[in-house]
Amino acid sequence: MNKDDRDQAVEATSVTKVFNQGKPNEVLALDDVSVAVAQREFLSLIGPSGCGKSTMLRLMAALTHPSEGTVLVNGKPADQARRDRDYGMAFQTAGLFDWRTVSQNVELPLQLMGWSKSDRRRRATEMLDLVRLEGFGGHYPRELSGGMQQRVAIARALSFSPSILFMDEPFGALDEITREHMQTELLRIWDETDTTVVFVTHSIPEAVFLSERVLVMSPRPGRIAAVIPVDLGERNFDTRESTEFFERVTAVRKALRQPDDGTGQLL
Amino acid sequence: MTERLRSVSPPLVVGIGGLLAWELVLGVVQPKGFVLPAPSAILASLIENQAVIVTAVQSTGFVVITGLLFGVTVGVLAALAVSRFRLADETITPLAVAVSAIPIIALAPIFNAWFGLTSPRSNQLVVTLLVFFPIFINTTRGLTDTDPDQIDLMRSYGASRWQITKEVRIPSAMPFFFTALKIAVALAVIAAIVSEYFGGRQDALGPLIVQNAGFARFAAAWAAVLAGSLIGIGLYALARLAERLAMPWQEAVNAGVDD
Repeated sequence: MNKDDRDQAVEATSVTKVFNQGKPNEVLALDDVSVAVAQREFLSLIGPSGCGKSTMLRLMAALTHPSEGTVLVNGKPADQARRDRDYGMAFQTAGLFDWRTVSQNVELPLQLMGWSKSDRRRRATEMLDLVRLEGFGGHYPRELSGGMQQRVAIARALSFSPSILFMDEPFGALDEITREHMQTELLRIWDETDTTVVFVTHSIPEAVFLSERVLVMSPRPGRIAAVIPVDLGERNFDTRESTEFFERVTAVRKALRQPDDGTGQLL
Repeated sequence: MTERLRSVSPPLVVGIGGLLAWELVLGVVQPKGFVLPAPSAILASLIENQAVIVTAVQSTGFVVITGLLFGVTVGVLAALAVSRFRLADETITPLAVAVSAIPIIALAPIFNAWFGLTSPRSNQLVVTLLVFFPIFINTTRGLTDTDPDQIDLMRSYGASRWQITKEVRIPSAMPFFFTALKIAVALAVIAAIVSEYFGGRQDALGPLIVQNAGFARFAAAWAAVLAGSLIGIGLYALARLAERLAMPWQEAVNAGVDD
């Protein structure tokens, strides 16, 4: 299927976000940004600190609201989509609840949705299998390594089968080896679950390796500097050594370095 | 088990060694009894006055425990209100700070006038007021000092404010609460005994200490002080036990699990 034929999972139109509006420390975080994410797409947002990429993600998740413009998620206002639990979220800090076991962490959203205890337990076991943490359900998060904690966070985000996954630098705190491993895992999970992923990252190779499209953002005010399509096909260990991979990495790097050329395209 | 023994033995060795040194030095120097009775004399007095001391411990213990329960309950409820409603924060917090600035034990004689000289109510009120502040301040801090990602996560699930309080704020506040509780236990014992110097039940530890010291029975006075510290130690141990039961995750150490 051609990407353009798919329904839109996220549609942000002319979104502007001003923090501390009317105060001396007013900041224009996003200036007239439009983004559309197709169903089942893997889209990355990349840019330097302060480019508004996390703000963009939080707007999509309706954790904050635009000063101007509209955000639709699965065709609904973002707030409605949040209440309908259309998306799952993962952050840079795994954000696990220390006081809940691994299994109870994965069960948390299900518990809030009123699932029965046995259904919850069964689902959590399935999800822990999916992220390859069989048998760790009874442990407490602080007994796990950073990579394992992040996998629990992903299992939790996907536990209620949301159609969209919003990820804010989820692998940012991991070492390089664990990080590459987690990227492969995420692609496998994405492949197995038909989820739309919007992924915020600082890392160029990470964005290129994972995504179908990379949105390059520029700071002050946050704007979209370029949209880089990536088509690496089936990704494996050799992908990171391939010419196409390096080409795309270079394209993203150039876009990050260039000031906005106004076309929004760099190809 | 050996691990446990190792953690218990140093304080035990120092404690017993200290008592022995105390006993020996007094045997050599032989000061007058009012300066410092020997540990053996205090122990002998404790056994000799067993019946009176047990009654006194029950009497003071009642004040300590009920006062603690009131103070902790009010402190936690106030903390919940303050962390939830801005209006409550703006009213309760300055009042609590003002109350904490009052030398509360100094109010004991005034409370005696309110409740009657031999009523334990005045002692309970002193304990309650003294316990309230550390519990209130620390629990409030714990309830508000939460991981913003966890709050965002709960919001992303469409969780209600009460669900956020129950699943995130209260568990986050637990370590703060129990730290405050352990401080409050020691404060409660001090508050009860000192307020008993001014009034309250006459069979309690406070009057026992005052009377024995007044009649130069220093070993007996010390025995009563010892009984008071046993109340404190007992309650501290209970608080520690409650802490471990309430927060099993705190016991979970990094078991060396890795990718």
